[in-house]
Amino acid sequence: MFLRQVWTVAAKDLHSELRTKEAWNASIAFSVVILLLFAFAFDPSSEQIREFGSGLLWMTYAFAGALVLNRSFARELQNDCLDALIASPVSSAALFVGKALANFTMLFAVELFSLPVFGLFYNTWPPRFAPLFLVMVLGTWALTIIGTLFSALTVNLRLRELMLPTLVYPMMIPVLIAAMTITTNVLAGNPMGFGMRFLVAFDIIFTLLAVVFVDTVLVG
Amino acid sequence: MREKIIIGLAIFAAGLLAWNMNTIFTQLPDELNQGAIYRIIYFHVPANILGMSGFGLGMLLSIGYLVTKDLRYDALAASVTEVSLVFASIGLATGSIWARIIWGVWWAWDYRLTSWLVCWLIFGGYLMLRRAVDEPIQRARFAAVVSVLGTVNAYISYKSIEWWNTQHPQPVLSIRNGGGMAPGMEAPIWWNLLALACFSAILVMVRMRQEAFAREIDTLRRMAHAQ
Repeated sequence: MFLRQVWTVAAKDLHSELRTKEAWNASIAFSVVILLLFAFAFDPSSEQIREFGSGLLWMTYAFAGALVLNRSFARELQNDCLDALIASPVSSAALFVGKALANFTMLFAVELFSLPVFGLFYNTWPPRFAPLFLVMVLGTWALTIIGTLFSALTVNLRLRELMLPTLVYPMMIPVLIAAMTITTNVLAGNPMGFGMRFLVAFDIIFTLLAVVFVDTVLVG
Repeated sequence: MREKIIIGLAIFAAGLLAWNMNTIFTQLPDELNQGAIYRIIYFHVPANILGMSGFGLGMLLSIGYLVTKDLRYDALAASVTEVSLVFASIGLATGSIWARIIWGVWWAWDYRLTSWLVCWLIFGGYLMLRRAVDEPIQRARFAAVVSVLGTVNAYISYKSIEWWNTQHPQPVLSIRNGGGMAPGMEAPIWWNLLALACFSAILVMVRMRQEAFAREIDTLRRMAHAQ
């Protein structure tokens, strides 16, 4: 039952995103712009790119992610859809997990698009893709779970667009540090290190915290 | 009654602080390696201890609010967190001044510094969020959630930065390595901690009163609108 509700919410979000492509277009364009701008900040042809490439990649994901996450609950404001969703028999936890799944799918799609762009611009490809995808899945889930909870928290605020990044980025720091470190190892062809365990633990802790608190945030 | 407590505490804190200043600046000799600048420790360490324990207390009070739904917990949590943020800022600023003299840079990416800055940003966000929500109950709810998640996250940040950023300068203070300071030199830190703790208690009480007034004004405004 819970899983069906989760799936319904996620499918609804993905459908409406596929039709309008609002967040998707903005996020893709933004990630390409960031990758372009970084080329002016560093020398893109230098050998050092292997060292700071992972940082660049995750910063792109975090910034582009904010665009996706900002829309997540904001798109329900029109016609009071959010109130209808909260009043519906779907539990807050199912609503939250469904939204998080939809956001995860969208953000991951943006990441899959910007990864080859990064590879082309900076001529950096990982020796093996499987470990990189694993880090991307775990890291993106952590970013999504934090972002979706704060998206729900800030949706009714006057300063929504300003408050979300202010609250979310400091919270994302541990995930970004771990993801960047592992990605640096993966790009260099080294073992991933114990950061993976950290990411898994972070994912579990924050998924649980978010599910516990989402009712307080949405309903009160 | 509260007025009297505030005034009494203020007199005590001011007296203690004056006495501490006298000890720190006129009685104690310069430190062997660091010279005069080491005296900043007498403010840096107490301010950071107060900041840290204040954020922790703020989280407990936020949980208290979520459990009881009593707005007084929320007001107290907000006051404590706000005062703690001031002390955290003092800690960061004094640390930065000390680092400029001893390390030669205003900022080093030591894990303590970095994670403390992350913590400062999280609770700065907490206070900004409080300003962005007008409805008191909604504000209390959101603030409590941010406080709990923020404290958990601040702790994880601290550990993660400690694990990964090991190439950065190690702490120089002997007190952090368990070496301890000369007995006469260490005592004023704790006396100053007491003085500043009294001072922060005063600030929290004043801030609480302000919060109560704000609630009252808000109620009156609603009544005026209702009529």
